[in-house]
Amino acid sequence: MATQHSRSAARLMMAPAVVLLLGWMLVPLTMTLYFSFKKYLPMRGDSLANGLDWVGFANYARFVTSSSFWPSVYATLVIVGGVLVITVILGIFLALLLDQPMWGQGVVRILVIAPFFVMPTVSGLVWKNMFMDPVNGFFAHVWRSVGAEPIEWLSQASLPSLILIVSWQWLPFATLILLTAFQSLDQEQLEAAEMDGARWPQRFVFIVLPHLSRAITVVLLIQTIFLLSIFAEIFVTTQGSFGTKTLTYLIYQRVLESQNVGLGSAGGVYAIILANIVAIFLMRIVGKNLDA
Amino acid sequence: MARAVTTRQKTINSLAAWAVGLLIFFPILWIFVMSFKAEGDAIKTPLEVLAAPWTLENYGVVQERSNYSRHFANSVILAFGSTLLGLLVAVPAAWAMAFVPSKRTKDILLWMLSTKMLPAVGVLYPIYLLFIRLGLLDSRAGLVVVLMLINLPIIVWMLYTYFREIPGEILEAARMDGATLHEEILYVLTPMAIPGMASTLLLNVILAWNEAFWTLNLTAAKAAPLTAFIASYSSPEGLFYAKLSAASTMAIAPILIMGWFSQKQLVRGLTFGAVK
Repeated sequence: MATQHSRSAARLMMAPAVVLLLGWMLVPLTMTLYFSFKKYLPMRGDSLANGLDWVGFANYARFVTSSSFWPSVYATLVIVGGVLVITVILGIFLALLLDQPMWGQGVVRILVIAPFFVMPTVSGLVWKNMFMDPVNGFFAHVWRSVGAEPIEWLSQASLPSLILIVSWQWLPFATLILLTAFQSLDQEQLEAAEMDGARWPQRFVFIVLPHLSRAITVVLLIQTIFLLSIFAEIFVTTQGSFGTKTLTYLIYQRVLESQNVGLGSAGGVYAIILANIVAIFLMRIVGKNLDA
Repeated sequence: MARAVTTRQKTINSLAAWAVGLLIFFPILWIFVMSFKAEGDAIKTPLEVLAAPWTLENYGVVQERSNYSRHFANSVILAFGSTLLGLLVAVPAAWAMAFVPSKRTKDILLWMLSTKMLPAVGVLYPIYLLFIRLGLLDSRAGLVVVLMLINLPIIVWMLYTYFREIPGEILEAARMDGATLHEEILYVLTPMAIPGMASTLLLNVILAWNEAFWTLNLTAAKAAPLTAFIASYSSPEGLFYAKLSAASTMAIAPILIMGWFSQKQLVRGLTFGAVK
């Protein structure tokens, strides 16, 4: 059906999107790569016009040997890992629950999905002030009402607090995807297993979970990519203090706050490599599905 | 196949699901309640807050003090501007990929999606620098372009999946009946493509509305959308719970309503078709 003529027309139609994305990817990436090999401190008079000093891999070495590097890796792993575990486990139960017959299913679904549509700055600030504030927050009132001393959430339990906030935002996403997967489950297969005497835990482990495995993988990969770059939630709550400085936040501070562009760019290159490793796995699954 | 369920079972399910649903929704409900309370009442215990008189004054104060409507307008312009611009670029591309696929179509599509995974912070300084050089810092035009570029992969992807569902036989039939390419696009394809385009628009407006990396880092007072405006409440003066609640309610209400219509698109748009 496709003629030579329509082929060249198609190429023309794709050109704007391809050129724009290529530019969006290559131009800043090249600049980051370039800066990462340079000493570039704009506040101390370094400028592109005067030429920047080449420092080789010094920025890369300094980034990973600085005292804030390992803590930032730790904070990133704890937040991403914590949120993944919570959203996937709760998401499975929630999807299972929502898949049952009930009254007002549509409304419950809406209630559960709502947090996903709350902008990150709002959820960060609302949780920080109205719920986790040690004096006037909701939790403080609850704690006092049972005679307990209120917790200073964002300083004493900073990482769990952030995990709570971010999990609240991402639980709807995990639930919705797992629910979609549940709905394509073969009910007859379940019933056959039931008749053969398989109990509910057995049916769950041997039929439901394997069926969900791909959906779970996709949730894990997509969330990892987005969670690695959470920013606003930290920006409006702890600003990276109390051990919540993630890799993303550390790079942000190096680049814009202390304006050590060379060092920050080296960190940026690490972050890009890390994200790409995750993306490769995700793209494999997406690619397989495109063929089907 | 519907399974027979006893009323008792259904009641238990319903109670459990409603309890969990309300628990998850509670923070949003609480923002809403607080926004109608006086500042002095908003810091009291939850029961006292509920019992306190209701008022609309916070909404007026937020508008007066911080010019809420300008930030709201910025959000609308950024979200719709970037998405419409994105559609303009993406519709031809997705159309070509869906109807004139070649050996490389899949690779191009995957590559486009992979650009979405580039961590923003990795290219923060280059973009910041380019914005300064081009005089785009704190301008709506600059942000419209950036937001368009970050959502373009998702827009292309979603449109592609919708277009691919349009059966090719219909086009052939139209051609047999003597339709020209122009007529084919106008009378056959467009009506069938509009629902998919509307869904794509919806989800991407939501994503652009809530985007909070570039909007925080590339705006100051002038072009700041609601994401950045709300962030200014992170260093407040005096009592501010009620005002924060009113501002938050106004910032999330329009998008919550749109979001409820876009549940299905969410799965399609954000999983890149990996879950069906």
